Amino acid sequence: MSIKSGNPLSVLKRQLHAACAATALLLAAGSLAEAADLNALIWCDHSDPALLQPFEAANNVKVNVKEFEGTGAGLAIVEQSQPGDWDVMVIDSIDVPRGVEKGLFEPLPEDKLPFADLFPQVKMDGSTVVGGKRYGITEKFGYNTIGFNKTKVDPADMQSLASLSSDKYKGKVAIYDYYLPVIGMAALAIGKKTADLGEADLPALKAELLKMKANAKLVGEVTASQTALATGEVDILVGGGEWVTAGLAKENPALDFSIPKEGAVLWSQSLAMFKDSKNKDMALKFIQYIMSPEGQARLATSSCYWGMPSNTKATLTDDQKKVLRFDEQPGFLARAQAYPAPNADLDKKMQDMWTEMLQAK
Amino acid sequence: MNSTGNSGRALPWALVTPALGWTLLFFVLPFVAMGFSSLTSHENGGFTLANYSQFFSNPSYWQAMVNSLQVTAIVTVVSVLLAYPFAWILAEQVPERWQRLALMLAVLPFWTSYVVRSYSWLLVLAQNGVINRALTGSGLISEPLQLANTRLATVTGFVHFFVMLLTLTIFANLKQLSPSYRKAAADLGAGPVRTFLHVILPLTLPGIMVGAFLTFVLCIGDYITPQILGGNNELLMPQLVMMQIGRRGDFPLASALSIILMAVVTIAYLACARWLKIERA
Repeated sequence: MSIKSGNPLSVLKRQLHAACAATALLLAAGSLAEAADLNALIWCDHSDPALLQPFEAANNVKVNVKEFEGTGAGLAIVEQSQPGDWDVMVIDSIDVPRGVEKGLFEPLPEDKLPFADLFPQVKMDGSTVVGGKRYGITEKFGYNTIGFNKTKVDPADMQSLASLSSDKYKGKVAIYDYYLPVIGMAALAIGKKTADLGEADLPALKAELLKMKANAKLVGEVTASQTALATGEVDILVGGGEWVTAGLAKENPALDFSIPKEGAVLWSQSLAMFKDSKNKDMALKFIQYIMSPEGQARLATSSCYWGMPSNTKATLTDDQKKVLRFDEQPGFLARAQAYPAPNADLDKKMQDMWTEMLQAK
Repeated sequence: MNSTGNSGRALPWALVTPALGWTLLFFVLPFVAMGFSSLTSHENGGFTLANYSQFFSNPSYWQAMVNSLQVTAIVTVVSVLLAYPFAWILAEQVPERWQRLALMLAVLPFWTSYVVRSYSWLLVLAQNGVINRALTGSGLISEPLQLANTRLATVTGFVHFFVMLLTLTIFANLKQLSPSYRKAAADLGAGPVRTFLHVILPLTLPGIMVGAFLTFVLCIGDYITPQILGGNNELLMPQLVMMQIGRRGDFPLASALSIILMAVVTIAYLACARWLKIERA
């Protein structure tokens, strides 16, 4: 032993063996760690530890999340990644076909997910089912409608979209900076159905948007518009809804939302599984967890923003249900219209129209 | 002899290679990729010039460039006008032993996050913010002014940042000036004002130009400040670029707009470089 130890060649060999063993161990540990990871492309509501930790603890898995805003940005992240880097993705329900067209998503096993418990109106089969296969499941929804401070405006006025462009509220309005839902609201204001919008409707929609802009103090993304309403910078948020007011209900009970007589625009977000996921079993478990009554309650009341759970059996408390106006949903859903889902050409024209609105003085 | 000559020639190349490699990897290659992307169609990936023609044919896009140039020009001029006296006071009026502390205080705002600084300005300028409360509280105005979510707010946020940057540039320039210039001017009968206007100011103009160009480049490409403080009541070029990516993921159009923005910066650089060359000649 001592002779072997003294031989430089033997020492080198032993060290090489040790190094190889250590490398092998590290690689094994690395692959084990990889096996115990779930990589999720998400919106900010999924990064709440209160949502993720119960799943991680129950399944001994680490959920690595990357937040993005906008389907284009999300799909760009996927395109710049290696196949298999991502396991699940949160996506606008109307954009599920975009992921399917790119060959990204795996069909979901309907029999293993609680479709029967979902609000029927939010299943969104028109976009989550492609070629007879279901690629997305709606996990959360809500309304782009009128968010307001009921101590500053007349709640009766908030029952009509016409109020948004009335002189009474000039300079007291913020507009949510996302063209599709607000164009949808403009469509409702002029008596058009969001599902029927075409190029011929653009001039009338533009005129309506410009009327709203003339009353607006700002056009802001999620945080800016939420802050403007919460701090009293504005009293009305066009495109706001429970996603703005519910999470702030404790601090600011004066914030509320209405579904005006013309209707509101229904937003919904879906979960999809990647076709190249190396961890499909865990990805499915994650989707099952998010869609479970407990997961749904946690997602609905996530710290980033609140929204309605698509599962009717979500274990929300009575107070949470009251804030989300859970029991009024059948009536709301009956009056809500889907997000405009334009084709690529019309989408581009709508975005350009939105740019014109933003540039208007 | 030959080998010494070869190694003599090789050494500068060896020294410059890391910098060249860095520039190639992190500037030239991404720039070429962006140029290539700008010439492809978002719809079918084929070759097209449509991304560039859109900029010139769509008044809203063109307006974004006009807005950017206007805001950048205002910010640059206001920042120079505020920074020069500040730098001059620091260099000429503050005792040498206090200059270091004064400079540290001047750059203190840089210690906070850029985003946090912008949001702080939003709180200051908001309807219920410090300024409006002070004005309404003192009875000077009855209704709050709209300060936040305006071009004024964007300019204020930018100026706050760039005044500090320009102060440092101009201060360094002023400190490099030999006291002999002043003595010579005084010896020839010039008073302090005339010395400043005819000697000090011309000698510090190159420093001002360099600082102003730096302000121009950083300001025209900034997305954060107009997005937080401007309230989207007008779009600037970086916002227009980002808008193409969000939902539609239109990287070709975003690339074309970025290259146009870069062309404007290049023109500004050439003008600045030409002016400095003429000045030196």
